[in-house]
Amino acid sequence: MDKLNIGQHISQQFNTELEDIRSRVMQMGGLVEEQLRDAVKALIDMDEALAEVVITNDYKVNALEVAIDEDCTQILARRQPTASDLRLVIAVIKTITDLERIGDEAERIGRMGLRFAAEKGKARMLMGIQHLAEHVTTMLHDALDAFARMDIEAALSVARRDEKADQEYESILRNVMTYMMEDPRSIPLLLDIMWSARALERIGDRTQNICEYVIYLVKGKDVRHTSLDKVEKEARGER
Amino acid sequence: MESTNQTQSVKLNALPTNSEQRSLDNEEVAFDVTDLSLFYDKARALKDINMVIPKNRVTAFIGPSGCGKSTLLRCFNRMNDLVDTVRIEGSIKLFDNDIHHPSVNVAELRAHVGMVFQKPNPFPKSIYENVAYGLRIQGVKDRRVLDESIEKALHGAALWDEVKDRLHDSAFGLSGGQQQRLVIARAIAIEPDVLLLDEPASALDPISTLKIEELIYELKDRYSIVIVTHNMQQAARVSDYTAFLYMGEMVEFTDTNKLFTNPDKKQTEDYITGRYG
Repeated sequence: MDKLNIGQHISQQFNTELEDIRSRVMQMGGLVEEQLRDAVKALIDMDEALAEVVITNDYKVNALEVAIDEDCTQILARRQPTASDLRLVIAVIKTITDLERIGDEAERIGRMGLRFAAEKGKARMLMGIQHLAEHVTTMLHDALDAFARMDIEAALSVARRDEKADQEYESILRNVMTYMMEDPRSIPLLLDIMWSARALERIGDRTQNICEYVIYLVKGKDVRHTSLDKVEKEARGER
Repeated sequence: MESTNQTQSVKLNALPTNSEQRSLDNEEVAFDVTDLSLFYDKARALKDINMVIPKNRVTAFIGPSGCGKSTLLRCFNRMNDLVDTVRIEGSIKLFDNDIHHPSVNVAELRAHVGMVFQKPNPFPKSIYENVAYGLRIQGVKDRRVLDESIEKALHGAALWDEVKDRLHDSAFGLSGGQQQRLVIARAIAIEPDVLLLDEPASALDPISTLKIEELIYELKDRYSIVIVTHNMQQAARVSDYTAFLYMGEMVEFTDTNKLFTNPDKKQTEDYITGRYG
């Protein structure tokens, strides 16, 4: 069973409820993606207004998390889902937690953008950030796609890409340290860059988590805290 | 991925969890069923069932109406013998003894394999005499032995505290839930090896149902229990292993935790999640 067929319960109402939480996760995912793009854009372009928008909009992400959580609680209490239905609800609960945290990281980047713009930072310092940001944004986009299509292969490929995010983060750190040694006066600004890079790296980790939930949802295997090679074997292995 | 993940995963696996998956391979066997088929005249109600009922565990049978789960349950103490048109093929062994062997005394078999039905069926006698019934048939006459066994059985069925002051009142004065526990006390008074429960809680209110489920949990230390239930949550709550039957076939039989979270067969998945088969 590689695909879940939500729309086939004898209870139409149950179909609707499951479809509903699933589409709301996609809605929340879309919103978080937008927040992340805007936050990065605000930081790179030093766009104070856009940064403000990102900071204000974080409440929407939080509100969606609370609402979807409530829906999941209702389904657990009223339907006692089993098998793939149960795994869907659990995967949703976990996914939205990570999405909400990604939203928080985006807000943090927005705040850095605000400070960076106020301090009139130098664009060349942001070079590495832009690259890392593009990388994790694509990762998030593809992870949400994998979730929507219950696509294990896609989830695996996204999970693989987190390693590159970690490497880019390391190299940004080294750059930042070089700048710090060159010009100690820029350290406050450079720290902000470092925090932003850290936020992006964390987003990569959380995106990888979402991929793991997709594998759990489709295959029923909990692959957290295992090496990637093992994850691939588990996910592709015969059931 | 950091390199520490390897060691971390080892540590995680070493932690004990409540949901450790059980395997039938590691269990002692009570019943061993081989190629069992059952016919009502020409209609085949069970098709080539192969399974073991593990000792001191709770095994649940689930499946839609008419799938054969009650029929299978009734094979274990040869209740189907009472139906003239029934023909059985294949073998069932209880602790390595063929229960269909000509030398087997059916009454004695049923003393080893007790049964409780959907509707409580106490005899029109006192509470005391209901529990004493099986013992008297076995020839126990000593009053003190009887008293002791009856108290023990009623304790075992978690009923003693509720009836100890009215042991000689009619059993019909008890509530449905109490009557069902009385019937269980009657079944365990003669200390069987296996208890067969056919929808034991489906005629009871939620609290009585929970008491029966709690009782099942306590009884499995001493008995091997097989339960048929329409209530899947009940099967999920009380059983160690669950078998899903469909149209007379055993579709899937495995650890309950696995069956309800990640079944192997699509038919099982469709049934337990309430989808069209």
